[in-house]
Amino acid sequence: MVEKQFTITDEAGMHARPASALVGAVSKFKSDITIEHKGKKVNLKSILGVMSLGIPSGSVVTIAADGEDENEAIEKAADVMKAEGISNQ
Amino acid sequence: MTQTMSGIAASNGIAIAKAFRLENPELNVDKRTISDVDSELERLTSSLEKSIAELEVIQKKTAETISDKEAAIFGAHLLVLSDPELVGPITERITTDKVNAEFALQETSDMFISMFEAMDNEYMKERAADIRDVRKRVLAHLLGVSIQSPSMISDEVIIIAEDLTPSDTVQLNAQFVKGFITDIGGRTSHSAILARTLEIPAVVGAKTAMADIQNGTIVIVDGLDGTILIAPEDSVIEEYKNKQAAYDEQKAEWAVLKNEPTVSADGHAVEIGANIGTPKDIAGVLDNGGEAIGLYRTEFLYMGRDQFPTEDEQVEAYAAVLKGMQGKPTVVRTLDIGGDKELSYLELPKELNPFLGLRAIRLCLEMPDMFRTQLRALLRASIHGNLKIMFPMIATLDEFRQAKALLLEEKAKLQTEGVEVSETIEVGIMVEIPSTAVMADTFAKEVDFFSIGTNDLIQYTMAADRMNESVSYLYQPFNPAILRLVKMVIDASHREGKWTGMCGEMAGDEIAIPILLGLGLDEFSMSASSILKARSQISKLSKAEMAQHTDRILALSNSQEVEDYVTKLSTK
Repeated sequence: MVEKQFTITDEAGMHARPASALVGAVSKFKSDITIEHKGKKVNLKSILGVMSLGIPSGSVVTIAADGEDENEAIEKAADVMKAEGISNQ
Repeated sequence: MTQTMSGIAASNGIAIAKAFRLENPELNVDKRTISDVDSELERLTSSLEKSIAELEVIQKKTAETISDKEAAIFGAHLLVLSDPELVGPITERITTDKVNAEFALQETSDMFISMFEAMDNEYMKERAADIRDVRKRVLAHLLGVSIQSPSMISDEVIIIAEDLTPSDTVQLNAQFVKGFITDIGGRTSHSAILARTLEIPAVVGAKTAMADIQNGTIVIVDGLDGTILIAPEDSVIEEYKNKQAAYDEQKAEWAVLKNEPTVSADGHAVEIGANIGTPKDIAGVLDNGGEAIGLYRTEFLYMGRDQFPTEDEQVEAYAAVLKGMQGKPTVVRTLDIGGDKELSYLELPKELNPFLGLRAIRLCLEMPDMFRTQLRALLRASIHGNLKIMFPMIATLDEFRQAKALLLEEKAKLQTEGVEVSETIEVGIMVEIPSTAVMADTFAKEVDFFSIGTNDLIQYTMAADRMNESVSYLYQPFNPAILRLVKMVIDASHREGKWTGMCGEMAGDEIAIPILLGLGLDEFSMSASSILKARSQISKLSKAEMAQHTDRILALSNSQEVEDYVTKLSTK
């Protein structure tokens, strides 16, 4: 299993557009992928799950992937977060 | 008899047309026990697929006719339809509990809807509406009910609805849909935001529109103030047609002015900027044609938290504002705290006269570490735009020199550390204390600019607490005493080749603008929504003509005489 922390820098937090991009991108991977915020962990392939975390700007989240393509999945998640401007790591 | 109703003004403009009720079909869900699990699952899959196909069409159409940004919301809707945390439990319930697909969908989605509705964040609460929108589509397919689509409307109408879902709203054809009224929703709901994008007048949150308005009744929607008029008399229709024409004319004029510089009728250019509190305000400034930020109140960065913002956090906010303004002048006021503005994590001694006490620059000079952090952050952000730094509450030249010395020290330190800093940062002061206005000629030799903060300048000049109702009559922006101070400051700056701005409420005032233009004010900073109105007013005034009146205005004996004089000039 691999995991990586991100700080959400978008003023509006994790809103619908970047969340959709992120969910859409990681859904293609075989690994189980989760996102954790304030001790609540949800499936990153679920838009409802991600939105239900209500992640505000400035939060630190942990994305974890477990499976055959876990490294690629984390890398992709990082790329999308950066491209969508919601995290600068 | 005209019946009146009111709601929340959601999108500007006036519409007059026949009412068209957009009824929600009855989507009654009964719980049934099923025997054939496979065929029930197939019903679910097929309804999901049909819904996906429809949403893909809507998404594509929205991208073409509105914007990619609006289309993105349907990308989120599509993801909901294939969400494993939604479809998984529904499938599970059908398979193990042997319930019908409608019921399984209803129960599972209800859980998410109540989860979003319980969040204490307006944006997240609105997401419940997205789930309802998606569910309605799938349920209609499961139940074999067809949903009325706003895209079918081919007559000029005003839509009346309980609520408009995002997918309803993007299908509104502005050619036929002149306006809409919904019973629920607020200014930040999807339908309200889209109405503003599409420029369709709208009133939301009307509560009883569906109950009280019949199909075909003539309705007037006033999206400027939230008024709804049902079955209006001819005279009322006439009145609103005039109001509509006036609004359209003003809008056309303002649309032209948005991208124009601010120039008086006789060709004198001034700058209109905006007062802002956070980087989020930039969009509104640019939308309203702001040429600058005349006042960025950095104290909001320090408020509503339990410790000082770090240097990095501050750099981020300042850089966001500077980048957002794309090289346009941006005046950032250093921390103005104390007086009526307190920080929970900063214990300050109670003072008898907080407005005359340890606040703003006085406090910053007393707490140099805190101040240095802000100065460093400003310097580091300076390379992202056209930064001008302004110190508030300067009473003596010595205070300005001390503050500037700290700034130069931090600048030198950063440069030694190899950090890039802009070399063209102007450093100026707020003029809000009479001593500074009187000494403006001396200050003008050392500062790069002045910005007159009228709210405080008035209260300190008149010795009248602006929070105290019993002396509120002394809050007189047009008192010749204030105007003479303003003139001293502007003249002093011009003699040294510097400039003067104004960032108090007075700068956007209809009566004050002609006087300030005549006095030669260089920059007017106001709330973003006042910019176009002020630009329009200035474009009709002659600076030379107003300058001829200023001596007479400054010689008047009181505030009322000044107001009367200017009012007479403008109605002439």
